[in-house]
Amino acid sequence: MTNVAGAPGAADKAGSAEPAGERKVSETLHFARRNPKLLIGLGIVLVFLLIGIIGPFFVDHDPNEYVGPKSQPPNGEYWFGTTTFGQDIWAQFVIGVRSTFLIGVFGGGVAFLIGTAVGFVAGYKGGIVDEILNMITNVVLVLPALVVLIVAIAYLDVRGLFVQGVFIGLTTWPWAARAVRSQALSLATRDYVDLARLSGRRTWRIITAEIAPNMSSYLVMSFILLFGGAVLTAAGLDFIGLGPSNGVSLGLMLESAVAWSALQLGMWWWFIPPGLGITVIVGSLYILNVGLDEVFNPKLREL
Amino acid sequence: MTLRVNDLKVYYQTLRGDVHALDGVTFDLADGEIMGLAGESGCGKTTLGKSLIRLDSRMRHVGGTIELDGKDVPIADDNAMVPLRYHEISLIPQYAMSALNPTRKIGRMVDELLRARGVRPADVADELRRRLELVGLDPDVLNRFPIELSGGMKQRVVMVISTLLDPSLLIADEVTSALDVSTQRAVAESMVEFRDRGYVKSMIFVTHDISLVYQMADTIMVMYAGHVVEKAPAGTVINEPRHPYTQMLIGALPEVGTTTVQGRLEGIPGTPPGLLDPPTGCRFKDRCPMAFSKCSEQPPLVEIEPGHWAACWKTG
Amino acid sequence: MLELSHVHKVYRVGAFGGGRLRAVRDVSLTVEPGEVVSLIGESGSGKSTIGKMVLGLFRPSAGRITFEGTDITTIRGHAARKEYYRRVQGVFQDPFSCFNPIFKADRVFEMVRSSYFPRTSDAVWKDKVLDALATVRLDPGNVLGKYPHQLSGGQLQRLLIARALLLDIKLLVADEIISMLDASTRIDVLNLLADLKERGLGILFVTHDLSLGNYVSDKSVILRKGAIAEMGPTARVFDNPLHPYSRHLLSCVPQLHRTWAEVDAELEANPPEDVTLPTADDGESAPLIEAEENHFVGIDQG
Repeated sequence: MTNVAGAPGAADKAGSAEPAGERKVSETLHFARRNPKLLIGLGIVLVFLLIGIIGPFFVDHDPNEYVGPKSQPPNGEYWFGTTTFGQDIWAQFVIGVRSTFLIGVFGGGVAFLIGTAVGFVAGYKGGIVDEILNMITNVVLVLPALVVLIVAIAYLDVRGLFVQGVFIGLTTWPWAARAVRSQALSLATRDYVDLARLSGRRTWRIITAEIAPNMSSYLVMSFILLFGGAVLTAAGLDFIGLGPSNGVSLGLMLESAVAWSALQLGMWWWFIPPGLGITVIVGSLYILNVGLDEVFNPKLREL
Repeated sequence: MTLRVNDLKVYYQTLRGDVHALDGVTFDLADGEIMGLAGESGCGKTTLGKSLIRLDSRMRHVGGTIELDGKDVPIADDNAMVPLRYHEISLIPQYAMSALNPTRKIGRMVDELLRARGVRPADVADELRRRLELVGLDPDVLNRFPIELSGGMKQRVVMVISTLLDPSLLIADEVTSALDVSTQRAVAESMVEFRDRGYVKSMIFVTHDISLVYQMADTIMVMYAGHVVEKAPAGTVINEPRHPYTQMLIGALPEVGTTTVQGRLEGIPGTPPGLLDPPTGCRFKDRCPMAFSKCSEQPPLVEIEPGHWAACWKTG
Repeated sequence: MLELSHVHKVYRVGAFGGGRLRAVRDVSLTVEPGEVVSLIGESGSGKSTIGKMVLGLFRPSAGRITFEGTDITTIRGHAARKEYYRRVQGVFQDPFSCFNPIFKADRVFEMVRSSYFPRTSDAVWKDKVLDALATVRLDPGNVLGKYPHQLSGGQLQRLLIARALLLDIKLLVADEIISMLDASTRIDVLNLLADLKERGLGILFVTHDLSLGNYVSDKSVILRKGAIAEMGPTARVFDNPLHPYSRHLLSCVPQLHRTWAEVDAELEANPPEDVTLPTADDGESAPLIEAEENHFVGIDQG
């Protein structure tokens, strides 16, 4: 509410004409602009996002096509060099970054939708509904997700980015559900929620209009973590050869680099860009998340 | 004189400017005195308690001095305050009860606290047990976890711990507010007992409940919007208050036995001023039925009769 | 109007819900129109649970709660519940937490409008709001269009009462509505309850503070550990407490003009006569004995 919790006169009746919403936003911005973690994390993520969005437009050939001389180190024409087969690594990289973001949005998004829906309903309804949902959550939580994914995806004939995203989403939602549930549980006992009930509001309106807006920062952060998790899981699947058929992704690049002994041949330009790309994207997402946490949570604000 | 506070000003720094939480507070606390510090939320009573022991990062010492047993208390210098804390001045904060670490047994927590203050736990172990018994607790509580104790028990444990080194001054901030009436009485009475036995020389008991301080305090100081408005012996404040604010505040309290049938009590219209940009002059003037032109100047806190101080042009 | 008849509330506690916590034990009481009934008790006495059960936020484990003849525990479905809330409303302890901090304070009125008066025209609605604000003695210019943090606790609490008055309510459950307010504004809200009572509203006033319970109420119910310890006309209960627990409570309340020592001395000088208390060995029931007319005492729970 205010940045001086507990300070007398903080709830200044006379002196605060601007609405709380705006004040809260401007206050959040004030701290956001001064938070290096947030700025650095966001900056790096945005740079990669731009690469992923704009980069592919400048690639006029199929990234898996054999376009150039074989095993070239980075040079003026092929910025990131070429593979053993003469594929343009830069082209693969920019398209790989794009698919990395897509899988993050898909996988993270599906997980987020399931997780928040389950979490809200369990936390708000409580009782037997909560117990059943909690049980399902726990079962999915203890499933060895990667093994299930490997088995499931191995049986699929057509493997696309979308299918991969859905599978990742279906297996990674439980912790988001638990986090949202615990928050919703505490918010559901707030007096204004009771008041909404007394005003004859229906459950879904209470959840969407009263509870969710009060944990929006929490939801944003959950999504970012799910996004990062989906990127990592996808990279892992791609790396063991269960990525999209005929697709391009950073994980697949790593897979072929290893499959064709780039490491032993000293072709560092083949495995460094995808490896570093995944690490930096996920790493900066986490840094961004820590930054957001500090901005949203007054107790963590460095003054 | 245990404590002498002179024109103390402590402001909170906020994005929108300074909040004048304490704006020139002056009072004395005699040896053996229990002073009840009363006022509405936001009047600065908690800030005053905190200022005497530690300024947090947003609080700024703007002016004024504090003397304890004749020695200056350097509240603006965090390091210089270290030897004073706990040894000379002890604070039981508002939520002390819930601040006990749930994973530590009480006894271990006490030992850690003592060591951190440079005291060997063995030296005071007997005294600790004796005092726990005095407040009606089995010394066995030391082997228990905070969750196993009731609110009243926890509050008594906190009280014993905070006064173990016989500080000169104990500041108790709303220590009984979260307790049930029967426990409240027991805790309040043990505090008086501690003073009587000399475990603490004097005490500031911060509360919003005037009828409670009347039960246990020698004097009552009433604050309003960062200023002291009245300080007098407890009976005087309750029965013959002089400042209009005190009079109206006490007039607004229903008692056991008052009912609407006998006539209604009246509240004080309006709300306290914001302290970000406080009004000049008397800060109560906008809500005061007796306000007149002179109230645009700040009334000084004067001793209108021995031991009875008030800050109002009508009483001076 | 409102009648609780042998109401129990048992919570399942602990791992796997193995433990049982009896929050409300065999409580029977009534609230009539134009009557303020104080439910007085310390923490864990079950007073707030009773309030929440009357508001339909919790379901009783056993017993009946009837309002104007219908058992409210049989109310099923959203429409029926909505109708119930047209006549029974609540105001809660913490006015600040009753307002969703991200919205303007008068959104609580809009919620009532969209649920109950969707076809009312703007002009009629505005009159209705102004009328309710006048009843709670709030200046519309000071409170409409403001955010909750810009208003004081007393103003917010009065807004909530005004909100309840927009509906054609017969019963108001006031759960600790003044314990978060400052002393100078408390009394105004209490006086407001007295006004509402004069308009014929029944009020269930839940409080931990004996002096406040005493100020407005016609009937007082002292609860202990979920069961009624003493119940009767307020004047009788406070002048002549019969249950040892009520006497103990009254001796512990800090009073403004009498110290604890004085109260103790008085008690010593005139020791109260003991009354026979009912007993309940089953650990579930809590019978009452009518010690004098309309003045009941309950079981002794040690």
